[in-house]
Amino acid sequence: MNSTAPLDVGDHQHATFAEGLDLECGVHLPSLDVAYRTYGQLSPRRDNAIVVCHAFTGDQYVADTHPLTGKPGWWGRMVGPGRPIDTNRFFVICTNVLGGCMGSTGPRSLKPGSTERWGTDFPPITVRDMVRAQYKLVCSLGVERLFAVVGGSMGGMQALEWAVTYPRMMLAVMPIATAPYHSAQNIAFNEVGRQAIFADPDWHGGRYWEQNIVPARGLAVARMMAHITYLSEEALTRKFGRRVRRDPKDAQAPEASLAMFGDVFEVESYLRYQGSAFVRRFDANSYLTITRAMDWFDLAAEHDGELPAAFAGTPVRFCVVSFSSDWLFPTSTSRYLVRALNQAAANVSFVEIETDKGHDSFLLEEPDLDRTVRGFLGGVADHAGLA
Amino acid sequence: MRLDQRLIAEMIEPGTRVLDVGSGDGALIDHLFRLRGCDARGIEIDMREVTRSVAHGLPVVHGDADHDLAHYPDDAFDYVVLQRTLQAVERPREVLRQMLRIGRHAIVSFPNFGHWQLRLKLLLSGRMPMTAVWHTQWYETPNIHPCTIRDFIALCEEEGYCVQQWMAVDEDGERAPWRRSIRLANLFGEQALFLLRREGGQRVESCSPAS
Repeated sequence: MNSTAPLDVGDHQHATFAEGLDLECGVHLPSLDVAYRTYGQLSPRRDNAIVVCHAFTGDQYVADTHPLTGKPGWWGRMVGPGRPIDTNRFFVICTNVLGGCMGSTGPRSLKPGSTERWGTDFPPITVRDMVRAQYKLVCSLGVERLFAVVGGSMGGMQALEWAVTYPRMMLAVMPIATAPYHSAQNIAFNEVGRQAIFADPDWHGGRYWEQNIVPARGLAVARMMAHITYLSEEALTRKFGRRVRRDPKDAQAPEASLAMFGDVFEVESYLRYQGSAFVRRFDANSYLTITRAMDWFDLAAEHDGELPAAFAGTPVRFCVVSFSSDWLFPTSTSRYLVRALNQAAANVSFVEIETDKGHDSFLLEEPDLDRTVRGFLGGVADHAGLA
Repeated sequence: MRLDQRLIAEMIEPGTRVLDVGSGDGALIDHLFRLRGCDARGIEIDMREVTRSVAHGLPVVHGDADHDLAHYPDDAFDYVVLQRTLQAVERPREVLRQMLRIGRHAIVSFPNFGHWQLRLKLLLSGRMPMTAVWHTQWYETPNIHPCTIRDFIALCEEEGYCVQQWMAVDEDGERAPWRRSIRLANLFGEQALFLLRREGGQRVESCSPAS
């Protein structure tokens, strides 16, 4: 892998909050930028806004072309006119998370009153900090009450955090393929990813931009490993099996001509592609900051480990969705969440969708997920008497 | 909606909180929400039915009577409904206890194993009876805890539940005429439908209007 130049910061639609943000760690961020996209129209009664929270390496470009990759939005199949989250009906807001690298304040931002970037000095943030930054943005758009908050994976953590931090702020919350805490296994995977970044000679103690370089190799390895956790053994077998790559320039070339440690197997080639594509759109310090925020996530922590207490008296309607082959955020953890919500007498729906596509299922073609999202939101609108 | 579900719906006061255990396609909770203004929720074991219900906007969770009722708090509901399922749960007595812990009332329907056809078939053939209601072989049936109407009343007495209302229902869900006598209902009723209240007073006979 050749050295890669630092990311183009680019220009993203954003709001600046000069008052900054008090972080949970005690640090005050003197100024806060929240980059965002909106889709659809806010109704005259301002009661049709849905916040969509993106997953770990996602961004605010839910349903329009990504400015760096040129690819369609990451959830364009879910959000748009006539889609399950129908922008003819709903006003959809998606922000880049605090700590991210697509325009919201994060490690790549300049330190206030300085020409230096935050880098590894960026304060540790939490999922709640991310949500509080989103809350500011939502309020600044003139929305006093949300219709719903929807998110998958880390986006689901944010959705749950919304329900816990601002329970009167929304009618419904849809946590998809997520958990009320980050498990030891998930923390372990995150740690391997971080160590891969630290081990890259181009890391330069986190100040790689000074060398006009990024720790591409470490970041790509982190992504490759994480990507495996987003799939399932069945899906990998179905997509790649043990198939061996052929040299595209020479269809007749025997397999043995491939280098011993070249990308011999198709699955390797696929992962390498995923890794190298990722480093062109994601910042290593953001990777570290956000993985740490996920690691700290535990909704029961404030309640002596009693998760139901976090939801006591909640008026929010929940729809929890898991996928049968997701081993990163397994159904068993979703069921634990559902039982805690039942204990809190919350109004909860829970669906496990049968699929072999693993954790990434929520981003992929899953008709049952589409039906569930559309039906749940429609049901909530019915109950609330929304037109 | 089946006729016996209509009978169940009539037992439920408008505007109350209802949990339907084994909500199937969600017809009852949909009816209770739309026509009786209830906060009605469901638990269903069959994931396809759950997905279908949620896709219709109904609040349904995947779960079952044996394992999931224990996670609800006391008095979370005014009514907990268990339709045609009591005979198929692992621990019917515990399920009833949970229903009357989390709900003020329980509404239970079950196929009556005391029906004359079953008695006659067992008597004459010496084999496990097969009828329209009991139509699976003994080695395949999910109905592991069949009981008669009188068995059920005996359990209610033992547990101190007050039978507020009961009726025999035929297989199509039509209300059967056997209201005057439990013995006759037990002989001619294909299904039974009970509205129970948590202990707190009268004995079964005295608070059951029909017996």
